Amino acid sequence: MRIVEKAQLMSAPEIDRTLQRLAHQIVEKSGGTKHLALIGIRRRGVPLAQRIAKAMRGIDGLDVPVGTLDITLYRDDLSKVAPQAVLQSSDIPFGVDHMDLVLVDDVLYTGRTIRAAMNGLFDLGRPSRVSLCVLIDRGHREMPIEAQFIGRSVQTSPTEIIEVRLREIDNEERVVLVDRTEP
Amino acid sequence: MIASAPEILADQTQRAVMTYRFRDLLALEPLTADELTFLLDQSKPFQEIQRHSLKKLATLRGKTVALAFFENSTRTRISFGTAASRLGADTMNLQAESSSLKKGESLLDTVHTLNAMKPDCLVMRHASSGAADFVARNLDIPVINAGDGTHEHPSQGLLDALTIRDRKSSLENLNITILGDISHSRVARSNIHLLSKFGCRFTLCGPAMWVPRELQAIGPPGAAIRRVFRIDEALEGADVILVLRVQTERLHEPALSANDYILLYQLNAERLRCAKPDALVLHPGPMNRGVEITPDVADGPQSCVLEQVTNGIAVRMALLFLLTAGGAEETVDSPGALNPSPSAPGSAAAEVQKLAQAQAAGTKKDSPHAPR
Repeated sequence: MRIVEKAQLMSAPEIDRTLQRLAHQIVEKSGGTKHLALIGIRRRGVPLAQRIAKAMRGIDGLDVPVGTLDITLYRDDLSKVAPQAVLQSSDIPFGVDHMDLVLVDDVLYTGRTIRAAMNGLFDLGRPSRVSLCVLIDRGHREMPIEAQFIGRSVQTSPTEIIEVRLREIDNEERVVLVDRTEP
Repeated sequence: MIASAPEILADQTQRAVMTYRFRDLLALEPLTADELTFLLDQSKPFQEIQRHSLKKLATLRGKTVALAFFENSTRTRISFGTAASRLGADTMNLQAESSSLKKGESLLDTVHTLNAMKPDCLVMRHASSGAADFVARNLDIPVINAGDGTHEHPSQGLLDALTIRDRKSSLENLNITILGDISHSRVARSNIHLLSKFGCRFTLCGPAMWVPRELQAIGPPGAAIRRVFRIDEALEGADVILVLRVQTERLHEPALSANDYILLYQLNAERLRCAKPDALVLHPGPMNRGVEITPDVADGPQSCVLEQVTNGIAVRMALLFLLTAGGAEETVDSPGALNPSPSAPGSAAAEVQKLAQAQAAGTKKDSPHAPR
């Protein structure tokens, strides 16, 4: 099996502009940010949520709390994860009751990650609203889940992979479409 | 299927994220500092869950954990049972006093019968050292040793280390004083095996018959373990004091009266002042208040006994999650650490050697290192 890079979907400045736009859209849609909070899904949802929060500080100096969520314990495919899943800490330093929460992730694909994240959130309390913000929506949903805030929608085939590379984790900053091909 | 030794090692360094590569948890002695750190790190998310109002997960829904306690236990059994239920698993319970062992069934027959009920994991305690290792060689499900004779009590060692690491922020280079009946203590052994890998120095203190010279050799080569028979001297400079229960039921005759023990070895507030001012006091429980420890010390600000209990559930949730949640085909057999390996346990050379042995042993059924 060979991994071939097919196209670059976003450059570093494009990622930056997209996150700025998403920050504005979230603030606009929330109508009163008193109860607004962002929850980044590990791993790449976390730096994305932090950057959106930073962009919000640039909009009227809004200070929106950011939490992180590890969904490993809520996955529905643990028995297929070989050999052992590695857990990381969730860190949500505020109560979620009555909050207007925005889940942040890099790529929306089958929707199973978001299903798991919602289970994790509801173990912590009862938020008044949960919405979803993703950098890329690549289709192929297996759950009745949609994002309210989308950086870019991309048509993909199931063999393709979207790789979001962020400087905080990957030491580079771009979004690429790669394909797995038989040799 | 087992990957070859160099592959496994290369993979681990490559990913930088460590995983636990054994099927069972039988002892802490064969684990490296990195593996122990990984197990402690994996307990952190479960510590958080203890603070939630809703503590129940569905992660192990549909799995069954068999709890076989061939020796009496209250807190460890409840702790493992609670850990299993908070992960959504069911439990089956076997207790010594009501079991068919009383009717003369052999250990192996008993565990084979339990295994035939198809649990996904076996947690067992037994009065014989090596019992968990023996059972693990004969079963194809993960076995967690919840205490075997005077050998090891690995989950207790881990929860003690987690408690110490939380309070001291590191396990490196601490002075650990262990008080009491060390010769009969599997808790002391598991603690020494774990903490010595982080450069901790040990002072063992108690009546001479409970602190035999051989104990100085149980750590890895070069481990700093000394015996001191005066408690004030033993506590000097201590960062952590591990007080052991005086296990009268293990002795056939009292060679030392309770009054003498209290006079010479009881940890009281005055003696505690010989240790560092921020020294921690740990006790694996159950405590004999007024014998090995005074109530004011047991309930004082330096005491960690209740944190130990809470952390015990987190550690055991992590172990059950790790050993039963994923597809475990690629893990290797767990050495029980009863056969000392020629090179230093925990060294890279020893690890490679063990993996190589596992590889060479193939499917040979009776080999202690045979892959399953």
